[in-house]
Amino acid sequence: MTMAFEFEKPIYELEDKIGELEKYAAKNKLDLTKEISFLEKKVNDKKDEVYSNLTPWQRVEIARYAKRPTTLEYIEEIFEDFIEFFGDRVHSDDAAIVGGIASYHGTPVTVIGHQRGRDTKGNIHRNFGMAHPDGYRKALRLMKQADKFNRPVICFIDTKGAYPGKAAEERGQSESIARNLVEMAGLKVPVISIVIGEGGSGGALALGVCNRLLMLENATYSVISPEGAASILFKDASLKEIAAESLKITAADLKSFGIADEVIMEPKGGAHNDREAVISSLDEAVKRHLDELQSMDGQTLMDDRYDKYMNIGVFTEQS
Amino acid sequence: MLKDLFSKLNKKVNETNRNDGTFENSESIMTKCPNCKKILYSKELYKRLNVCTNCEHHLPITAPDRMEALMDEGTVKPILENITSANPLNFPNYEAKLNKDREKTGLNEAVICAEGTIDDTPAVVAIMDSRFRMGSMGSAVGEKLARTFEYATERRLPVIVFTASGGARMQEGIISLMQMAKVSVAIERHNQAGLLYIAYMTNPTTGGVSASFASVGDINLAERGALIGFAGRRVIEETIKEKLPDDFQTAEFLLKHGQLDEVVNRRDMKNYLGRILKLHSGV
Repeated sequence: MTMAFEFEKPIYELEDKIGELEKYAAKNKLDLTKEISFLEKKVNDKKDEVYSNLTPWQRVEIARYAKRPTTLEYIEEIFEDFIEFFGDRVHSDDAAIVGGIASYHGTPVTVIGHQRGRDTKGNIHRNFGMAHPDGYRKALRLMKQADKFNRPVICFIDTKGAYPGKAAEERGQSESIARNLVEMAGLKVPVISIVIGEGGSGGALALGVCNRLLMLENATYSVISPEGAASILFKDASLKEIAAESLKITAADLKSFGIADEVIMEPKGGAHNDREAVISSLDEAVKRHLDELQSMDGQTLMDDRYDKYMNIGVFTEQS
Repeated sequence: MLKDLFSKLNKKVNETNRNDGTFENSESIMTKCPNCKKILYSKELYKRLNVCTNCEHHLPITAPDRMEALMDEGTVKPILENITSANPLNFPNYEAKLNKDREKTGLNEAVICAEGTIDDTPAVVAIMDSRFRMGSMGSAVGEKLARTFEYATERRLPVIVFTASGGARMQEGIISLMQMAKVSVAIERHNQAGLLYIAYMTNPTTGGVSASFASVGDINLAERGALIGFAGRRVIEETIKEKLPDDFQTAEFLLKHGQLDEVVNRRDMKNYLGRILKLHSGV
């Protein structure tokens, strides 16, 4: 394993030491088993210490990590017979959002998600997972199709936000997001959204009006990026760590507000450390929630979504 | 005496030049139009709903003033008045800022709601006020708007929402983002009941408000010259490394790009809405 984040340095320093000791022992034919196992225990303790005390900002770093599994990886691993569909029928196909139909444990479903690139070239193709109106309209087209054929909709959220560009504004970035929110409210099929990385504001919510919102342990969901909040609210972008703390953007925070319905635990240090493990936990959670939702009829599903969102908010009301 | 008048005038000029959509309701006798620079009688300007007599430029108007100008006299019944913001994230200085804006505006939140008639047709109206926390949407604004739609759905009434907002209220973090979804589910229920919703965008309508209820009326209108957009101009210019045209994100720009049904002069607002409402009154 290579070091991904600065906060992991103490762990890797210890692991380097173990490596050196092993080499030294082999070269000089010495028995250093005791010393090595002592250090190994220390590594484990250090991991526990670091990974169980992650700050919100450290989670942002994990959520954005280039090697973190992306939507297409989950789709490939969890669904069978995925057939990708393209285009919004209006202007273009937006590669920042992918979608199509697939079989999920034998049930036909519609799957949609933001798609980041896995490297620079991929990110240019995917526009860093930041969609234009075309992407949201493709997503909506697929959702309406799901509604017609009575297929559950499963959405993966992983975006810094909707793309702030000239063409995006001209083609109605606002309207495309807004339209998804109201149309998703009216779907008569189960909708499950899972935040797998960064949930960036309106661009994330455009795939997120759902019956069940699940979040990976290190995923974040925020009204604005910590950098943006720091520069607007504190007039200093370097205060992003404090902003990340104040904004309450972690999966645990969202669960405590009743916005996220479940937090899916990740392998120590993040999903990238054990892809199989996170894929299987995510699959188990989605399956469980989908089973629950599939017993509801169309009206009940709409009412369930209505109640979910009408209950979110903290305010004062004097009688 | 003359000097007095002009010192007030200068103050007023500074205030009306603020481009964040806010302004102070000053007592000055004269007001300078920030667009054509003509000096106008404040009283006359007020009678014209703060629309310049010379160039038709729309200066800001408060939500209570708009409510009064729009609704038939004696029919306004305020609703949902007692819902106000809390501080769910214990965000530093948030309460102080709320209190300051309450004092400044005489409002307790960034939106006021009422039932009444417009040219004799009943409607439920919500009007946002950009002087209050930039018209931003937190839990209280979201709750009031969502319940406005519920109220109208129960009574089978049309809804008109005048938007004026910088977007989501950041001090309420993710809870403020979720208000976009909350108002949307209430709109959808109103929609499914076959009822009319008119979104009327005023200066400024941006961010999360633009990307939710402001853009999904059965009829989308905007006030002349209003700034309307998702992302801020500076952010877009920095992203695409390109200077944007002057009229970018104006009501007229949106109309040209097919995003609006019509751009309306504030002085025609009541008549225009009255006509639309009448044509839907059999609904």
